[in-house]
Amino acid sequence: MAYTVRTRTRASGIAAIIGAAIVLALVFLPLFASRSLIQDMFLILTMLVLAQFWNLLAGYGGLVSIGQQAFVGMGAYTLFGVVILGGIDPVAAILFSGLGALIIAIPTAFFAFRLNGAYFAIGTWVIAEVVRLLVAQWKTLGGGTGTSLPREATRDMWFVPTVETLLGVRSAAARDILAYWLALALAVATIGGIYWLLRTRRGLALAAVRDNIEAAKSVGVDAVRMKWIVFLTSAFGTGLTGGLIYMQKARISPDAAFSVTDWTAYVIFIVVIGGIGTIEGPILGVLIFFALQSLLADFGSWYLMTLGVLAITIMLVAPRGLWGLLSERTGLHLFPVRRQLVAPKPSET
Amino acid sequence: MIWVDTIVQGILLGGLYALFAAGLSLVFGIMRLVNLAHGDLIVMGAYLILVLVTLLGLSPFIAVLIAMPIMFALGWGLQKFLLNRTLGDDILPPLLVTFGLSIVLQNALLEGFTADSQRLPTDALTTASVQVGTISLGVMPLLTFASAILVIIGLNQLFYRTSLGRAFRATSDDPVTASLMGIKPANIFAVATGIAMIIVTIAALYLGLRSNFDPNIGPARLIYAFEAVIIGGLGSLWGTLVGGIIIGVAQTVGAAINPEWQILAGHIAFLVVLLIRPRGLFPRAHD
Repeated sequence: MAYTVRTRTRASGIAAIIGAAIVLALVFLPLFASRSLIQDMFLILTMLVLAQFWNLLAGYGGLVSIGQQAFVGMGAYTLFGVVILGGIDPVAAILFSGLGALIIAIPTAFFAFRLNGAYFAIGTWVIAEVVRLLVAQWKTLGGGTGTSLPREATRDMWFVPTVETLLGVRSAAARDILAYWLALALAVATIGGIYWLLRTRRGLALAAVRDNIEAAKSVGVDAVRMKWIVFLTSAFGTGLTGGLIYMQKARISPDAAFSVTDWTAYVIFIVVIGGIGTIEGPILGVLIFFALQSLLADFGSWYLMTLGVLAITIMLVAPRGLWGLLSERTGLHLFPVRRQLVAPKPSET
Repeated sequence: MIWVDTIVQGILLGGLYALFAAGLSLVFGIMRLVNLAHGDLIVMGAYLILVLVTLLGLSPFIAVLIAMPIMFALGWGLQKFLLNRTLGDDILPPLLVTFGLSIVLQNALLEGFTADSQRLPTDALTTASVQVGTISLGVMPLLTFASAILVIIGLNQLFYRTSLGRAFRATSDDPVTASLMGIKPANIFAVATGIAMIIVTIAALYLGLRSNFDPNIGPARLIYAFEAVIIGGLGSLWGTLVGGIIIGVAQTVGAAINPEWQILAGHIAFLVVLLIRPRGLFPRAHD
């Protein structure tokens, strides 16, 4: 009697093949796409990564953070710091962005974990404000008005000359293409990494903590440790993304880098609309987000209002988001994490 | 002497923060709901008073009396038709719905009133001051502080002296048992949010009289209110006043050292309290 546990489904196999084809197509996109499309794709991919990490925190870890802008901003400022003060290449500096966010995340977790549920949410927000106000005091990086990356640093950035000669584009366009490729790599690594995490023992422990913390503890899951792992992982990834976003922008100010609207509100709306607690949800959400943005681009604050109303409606009518709705109707899972017990066929026994 | 003055101003400022916080505390105490749109509702209240003042040519102190029932109705409806549907074991729906509401309100106000900063019209009273010893105290800050104390006394009377207050406490302790006694938790919650909105309107009056406001300042008011509630300890209204005072004093002292440190000093005071007394200064026995 050989029972086996499996998570793979037929749909996930097909999805993996289609996914690989899409990623391959995206890799070659800069060969024929316009510069503005590349910039749009960069935004889509970076928002997708931010959404995946917030989803890991809130959807899987049950930690609703409204302070993600602390990690985006800190990652971005770390990048500017090591480039401007340390003379390190901006591409290499992105790694420091993750570390910078991680350094802030440790005391943040220490304070915020003292607060429960809803108060945790505002607690992370307060700490993000503290970090923003402290960074605004940092005069060598422009204080409250911000600063730009030095021209030499962006011109001689790693890989940029190669991209220039390879694709025959100007330096500015080559920088955008490089940033796009890095964002694509980060997005693929993030989705792959989170999917891998959820399929390991830790992923099972995480789901157990989310569903019922007491029951999870009783079977030996260290809930506090899981919270730390999820929080720090999410901070590291968010910091990396922040560094990458501001490497591409090459101009920073505390109000922009620590914006609660840009780095947390949008991200929350993307995840809630797409479907919280699934990997597919943020992907669907980010596509809807950008479709709405291009539709309502001329209407300013109406756009945010529409997003807000849509998110509220979805939270009330379909708390698992549009993907949840779809997956409930069709049973479709592109990234299955549910473990299924497969009994051997009667003929084999 | 300048230090005494700074601290007294800080204490009076704490009254304003306690007014911001009292509504938040009331709603949390009764239904465990943290309304992330609380700050934006205060700003909305200030705009409502401004509209009444401009349209009807009233004094802000009269306009606030008209604004109160409007805000009560709004809060009642908001709770009854939207927020009640989010209550449950899962903390995500109330948080995400009120966060969405906060963004919607901010942008609706932005669309309706532009980003220009506004102020309620002031008269002789609002700029007057009284001399106490060597310190000169503004009438406005004194009035704010007195209002905060009156609101807290009023709420405590409501809680412990009326049948509505008994229903509030019963529902807070155990909504299921309370409903066996003929209380409808959904209605009690709606009334509680309505009352919270009356306090929000009072807070909005002083916000608008004392400083400029624009559609984007809501979240910062929410954060001050939240800090006051946490410092005081959940569920203690007098604790909330003390929390407000601590934030207020920290801010004025910080500003006296370096104007750029005003807001930062308030947040740091909050973090220090959280570090030493994670459950606040005057925590309730349970929860």
